[in-house]
Amino acid sequence: MNPLFDIAVAVARVAVFFAFVFGLVVVMTWVERKGAAYIQDRRGPNRARILGLTLGGVFHPLADALKFLFKEDFIPDGAHRLFYQLAPMFALAPAIMTMAVVPFGPPVTIAGKTIALQIADLNVGILYLFAVSGMAVYGVVLAGWSSNSKYPLLGGLRSSAQMISYEVSMGLSVMGILMVFQSVRLSEIALGQGELLYGILPKWGVFVQPLGFVLFLTALYAEANRTPFDLPEGESELVAGYHLEYASFKFSMFMMAEYIHMVVGAAVVSTLFFGGWQFPYLADKGFAFPGGISVAVPAAAVLILRIGSFVGKTLFFCWLYVWVRWTVPRFRYDQVMRLGWKVMLPLSLLNIFVTGLVLLFIDKGGF
Amino acid sequence: MTIGVKKVARPEQMSFGESLYLLEIMKGLAVTMGHFLHNIAHNKEIPTIEYPEVRRTMPARFRGCHRLMKRPDGSPRCVACYMCATACPAKCITIVAGESPDPAVEKYPVRFDIDMLRCVFCGQCVEACPCDAIRMDTGWHTPPEDTREKLIYMIDKLLEK
Amino acid sequence: MELILFILFGAIAVGGAIMVVTRRHPMASALYLILTLFAVAALFALRQAHFLAAIQVIVYAGAVVVLFIFVIMLVNVPENKLPMERVTGMRLLGVVAAGLLILESAVLARKFAMPAGSTADAGSVQAVGRALFTDYLLAFEITSVLLLSAVIGAIALAKKKI
Ligand code: SF4
Ligand code: SF4
Repeated sequence: MNPLFDIAVAVARVAVFFAFVFGLVVVMTWVERKGAAYIQDRRGPNRARILGLTLGGVFHPLADALKFLFKEDFIPDGAHRLFYQLAPMFALAPAIMTMAVVPFGPPVTIAGKTIALQIADLNVGILYLFAVSGMAVYGVVLAGWSSNSKYPLLGGLRSSAQMISYEVSMGLSVMGILMVFQSVRLSEIALGQGELLYGILPKWGVFVQPLGFVLFLTALYAEANRTPFDLPEGESELVAGYHLEYASFKFSMFMMAEYIHMVVGAAVVSTLFFGGWQFPYLADKGFAFPGGISVAVPAAAVLILRIGSFVGKTLFFCWLYVWVRWTVPRFRYDQVMRLGWKVMLPLSLLNIFVTGLVLLFIDKGGF
Repeated sequence: MTIGVKKVARPEQMSFGESLYLLEIMKGLAVTMGHFLHNIAHNKEIPTIEYPEVRRTMPARFRGCHRLMKRPDGSPRCVACYMCATACPAKCITIVAGESPDPAVEKYPVRFDIDMLRCVFCGQCVEACPCDAIRMDTGWHTPPEDTREKLIYMIDKLLEK
Repeated sequence: MELILFILFGAIAVGGAIMVVTRRHPMASALYLILTLFAVAALFALRQAHFLAAIQVIVYAGAVVVLFIFVIMLVNVPENKLPMERVTGMRLLGVVAAGLLILESAVLARKFAMPAGSTADAGSVQAVGRALFTDYLLAFEITSVLLLSAVIGAIALAKKKI
C-alpha cells in the first residue's frame, strides 16, 4: 500500500482524537462550573459575551484561555527556575500521551485497508496506559518541590503518596478484566465485550466484574486528584496545593493536564467496563435482540452508532466526575490512605482470586 | 427550592449499608441530581441576584460610604467641630478647620479626609454630628481601587455624592 | 533502522546514567535517572519485549524514582548547603569498577550472542507469564518470599506495637 496513505491515516487519527479530547476538555471546564452552579442552586458563569450573546456562559472557557495567555508569567523568587518551568510540562505530556491507546470505534475498511480507529494499538495496551499515567506524578511532585513554598510542598508530598498508593489498586482492579477477556489490548477487550452473557446481557465489564469496576472507578478518581480525593490541592488546608505558586499559562497547563486525565479516564472506563464502542445488541449486520428478533442496519449507520455509543459513554463518565465532585465531600488524609491500602488493595486481590477461581472451575476459557 | 431545617438522626454506629459508603454516595448523587434537574427546569427560581444589573434594595439603615451634606448655596454644611473625628473609634477622620468667608458661619473644613481603609462603618460619626453634615446613606460599598491613596476620600469626593 | 534506534537510545541511557552520578543537585540526578530508565525501556521495546518495557516504566520510573524524589523533597537540602564533592580515591575506584563492568559485559556479549531478531511473541504478556510460572518458578517464588519478608520488616519497623 502507498505509504502516503498510511501517513495520512495516522495523522488523521491523531488529529481526530486530539480534537475530541481537547474539545471535551474545553467543554468540561464549562460543564464543571455550570454543573456546580446548578447543583448548588446558583446560576454559574453567564457573563462573557460575544456580540451580546452569552449562551449560558459557553464563552467562558475562551475568556479563561485568553486570560491565561495574557497574565503575567511569574516565577517566584526562591523557586528553582529550571524545575519550576519543567513541572507543567511533566504534568501535561503524560496526560496527552495517555490518549494514544483508547479505541474510539471498531476497525473500518477504507479502500481495501483495515484501519483501527485508535491512535496506536500497542500489544501492551493497558500497561502502557498505567506506565504513562504513572508519570503524571512527577509534574505534581516537581511543582510542589520547586516552588519553594510550604503549601505546594505538602501538596506534592500528599499527592505522590496518594498516586502511588492508588496506582497499585488501580492496576490490580483491572486484572480481573484482563483475565476475563484474555488480553491486555484495549481493542481486543472492546471487541470481546460485544458478545452476550447467557444470551441476554451484553458481556460488558461491569456485568462480569462489578467489584473491579467500583474499585477501578475509585482508583481513577484518586489518580486524577478529583474529589473526594483532591487532597493534593485541598484548598481549605493547603490553599491550592502543588500549583499554588503557578500563574498564567503554566497554571493552565496543570489544569489542562487534570482535565485530560479526566477525559481519558472516562474513555478508559467506558472501554474497559462498558463495552467501549459496542452498542448493546448491535452486531456487524444490525441489531440482534435476545429472542431472535433482528433488525438490519446499514454498515455506515452501525459505524456511526458505535462511535456515538463510545462518545456517549465517555460523556457520561465525564459528567459523573462533576456530579460526584459536587456531591461527596473530601476525605481526610488518613482516611484516604486507609481506604487505599486496607480496603481497596485487599478487595482487588480478592477480586482477582475469585475471578481466577470462577474462570478455572466454572467457566473454562472465559465466560 | 425552599430551604427548610431537617432533623437528621446521627447514630453512633453506622449500619452495615452505611459503612459500605457506596449506597450512601448513590443517595447523595440522587439528591444533587434532583437539585440539578430542578434548577434546569425552573431556571427562574434560582435565588441568585444578577448583581450589577439587579440590586438588592438596601435597608433604610444600611451604612454605606459617607457623604457630606451641602447648604443650599453649595458650601459644606459641616462646621468643622471635630465631633465626628472625636467619636470615630477608628480615628480615620482628619479635619483641618479654617475660618469661613460667610459671616454667619464660624468655621468650615479646609480638609476633610476619611480613610476608608480604616473606617469600620460603625456610624458613630453620623451620630455625633450636631448639624447633620455627614451621612452614610449612599448605599454604596467602598468600591475597590488600585492604590491606597485613592481610598482616602477627600472633601471634594465626599461632597460629590 | 533498528540499529540507529538502538544506538540512539543506548547513547541516551549511558549519557543519562553519567549525568545521574555527576549532577550536583539530587533532583537533577533523579530526573536523569528517569530518562535513563525510559531509554532502557525503549531498548527493551526494540527487542520486542514490550511487556518488560511497560513494566520497567511502571515500576521503576513510576514508583521507585518517585520514592527517591519523595525523600529528596522531605530532606530538602537548600542549594548552598549541598556538599561539594571532590575527586577522591572512592571516585577513582568507582571509575575502575565501571571499566571492569564494561569489560565484563563485552566478554559476556562475545560469549553469548543475542538471538538475532527475537520473535514478536517472546516478550508478550503470555510468554513472560508462562516462563515465570514454569521454568523460573522457583526463582519467582523465592523472590516473592524475599519481598514478603521485606514488607513484614517494614511494618515491624514502622509500627510501635503490633
Ligand atoms: S463610620 Fe465609624 S469608623 Fe467610619 S468614619 Fe464614621 S465613626 Fe469613623
Ligand atoms: S461632626 Fe459634623 S459638623 Fe462636626 S466636623 Fe464632623 S461632619 Fe463636620
